[in-house]
Amino acid sequence: MAKLTKADVLHIAGLAKLDLTDAEVKKFLPQLSSIVDHIGILGKIDTSKIEETSQTTGRQNVFREDEVTSEGILSQEEAISGSDKIHNGYFKVGAILSERSDK
Amino acid sequence: MPNSQLPKTIKETREGVLDKKFTAVKLVDGYLARIEKNKDLNAFITISSEAAYKKAKQIDSSLQDLPLLGVTVAYKDLFLTKGVRTTAGSKVLESYIPVYSATVVDRMEKAGAIMIGKTNCDAWAHGSSGENSDFGPTLNPNSKDYIPGGSSSGSAAAVSAGLTLIATGTDTGGSIRLPANFCGVVGLKPTYGAISRYGIIAMASSLDCPGVFGNSIEDVEAVFNVIKGPDGLDATVTQDPNLKSKKNNSKFKVGIPREYFVGGLDRNVGKSVLEASQILKKNGVELVHVSLPNTKYAIDVYYIIQPAEVSSNLGRYDGIRYGADRTLFGDEAKRRIMLGTFVLSAGYYNAYYLKAQKVRSLIIQDFDEVFSKVDAIMAPVSPTAAFKLGEKSSDPLKMYLADILTAPANLAGIPGLAIPYGKNKEGLALGFQLMGPRFSENKLFELGKLFHLE
Repeated sequence: MAKLTKADVLHIAGLAKLDLTDAEVKKFLPQLSSIVDHIGILGKIDTSKIEETSQTTGRQNVFREDEVTSEGILSQEEAISGSDKIHNGYFKVGAILSERSDK
Repeated sequence: MPNSQLPKTIKETREGVLDKKFTAVKLVDGYLARIEKNKDLNAFITISSEAAYKKAKQIDSSLQDLPLLGVTVAYKDLFLTKGVRTTAGSKVLESYIPVYSATVVDRMEKAGAIMIGKTNCDAWAHGSSGENSDFGPTLNPNSKDYIPGGSSSGSAAAVSAGLTLIATGTDTGGSIRLPANFCGVVGLKPTYGAISRYGIIAMASSLDCPGVFGNSIEDVEAVFNVIKGPDGLDATVTQDPNLKSKKNNSKFKVGIPREYFVGGLDRNVGKSVLEASQILKKNGVELVHVSLPNTKYAIDVYYIIQPAEVSSNLGRYDGIRYGADRTLFGDEAKRRIMLGTFVLSAGYYNAYYLKAQKVRSLIIQDFDEVFSKVDAIMAPVSPTAAFKLGEKSSDPLKMYLADILTAPANLAGIPGLAIPYGKNKEGLALGFQLMGPRFSENKLFELGKLFHLE
């Protein structure tokens, strides 16, 4: 497998919504490279006839009735209690749309 | 009541409270005093004295025959506790107050337990030593220059130092068994799917197992029986399928896996496990040499699948609905998020993540094959005993290798019971783990109890 580059780290950080400083990129690059190198050993194993395992319970399609009970819900007050950036009972987020410039 | 007179078992605690030998309030006084005296261990992030006294007064005013009556419990700070701060050991959740409790917490509450506090842990359960906590490392009570193991560092240290009778933890790659082993207490990683993960901050969802620390197998078993079973909120949980089968009275067979004793294993650790196996033999257990050929790949499979699932689970911390900004993630969290994102990304998914899932199947096959011949496996928990603070913290890969003997059980979803046995010349705990097929906890408890007879 090819070695990790600075561009790789920046690409991954972008996907993961992590804002890294230059110093952090410099610090993490060799660490991530050596780990990726180590885990690459699996490439040597023949798994052509093997099926993958996602989880070990053997269960699938576990359903329940579509019922709402009072124990299973949070009040609006409870639901917004984790943030102080609230407006009229809504979570405030950074704007992603800007004013139209052609008005 | 003098500190030294705090009851030593769940049985002693329950009986003492019911017979009015002591009050629950006096118990809380005693444990809080011990915690204060040992605060240099840094085992707790939050001490819930108000909640503890409130519960203790309730208990004293209306005694009920409950399975965990008056039993102090410390919850790893991944367990949501309604109204009591829960941080995951991270600055991101430093001020987070949950509005609901984990199923494990609810069940222990209803069983009469008294929550004494939330224990320190590696942030997001990312670690094997406790040194990745954003609230400072916990110290090993047996020798304070040494780490207690992680990620459930505070829970193991608290039980070892007598700061609580019971503590909970989670084991995703060894995070209960390792600190239990390093601190000299009993630690149970149950079968994946035996205990609900509802309300427990998720690390790697196909690997996370909530579990228990205690001073004896009986105590750990008692708590396991209170918290296990479906709650309708975790689709991976079922009842023990073996509940209705008759007890098998034939001799136990225990396998000693050669791949767990290869180079790199500290001589004293290996010696102690083999000495302990002779006790099983003396009690009529047949010891069998077995092989788990794919053991050497387990750590790499684990450090692909786990970070992949971590990168997904930690995506919810966006600083919008709860918690602080993602820039407050520590180095280890950032490393694992990036590692996980990488192995799941376009162009790399097949070579890493899919490949790891296939090798996972091989590791499970190894265990299935061995369990067709033996009832349980006995092995060391880690290549070394507890190491010194700072010894591995500057090299992430070196730290990861502490998990090589615990991660296989998580990949296979099987239970592991860590049992202390002896000490090395530095005064640090030694011990071993027993692993069995899925839902074989009862067999592991039975085998483990043979060591009490010594």
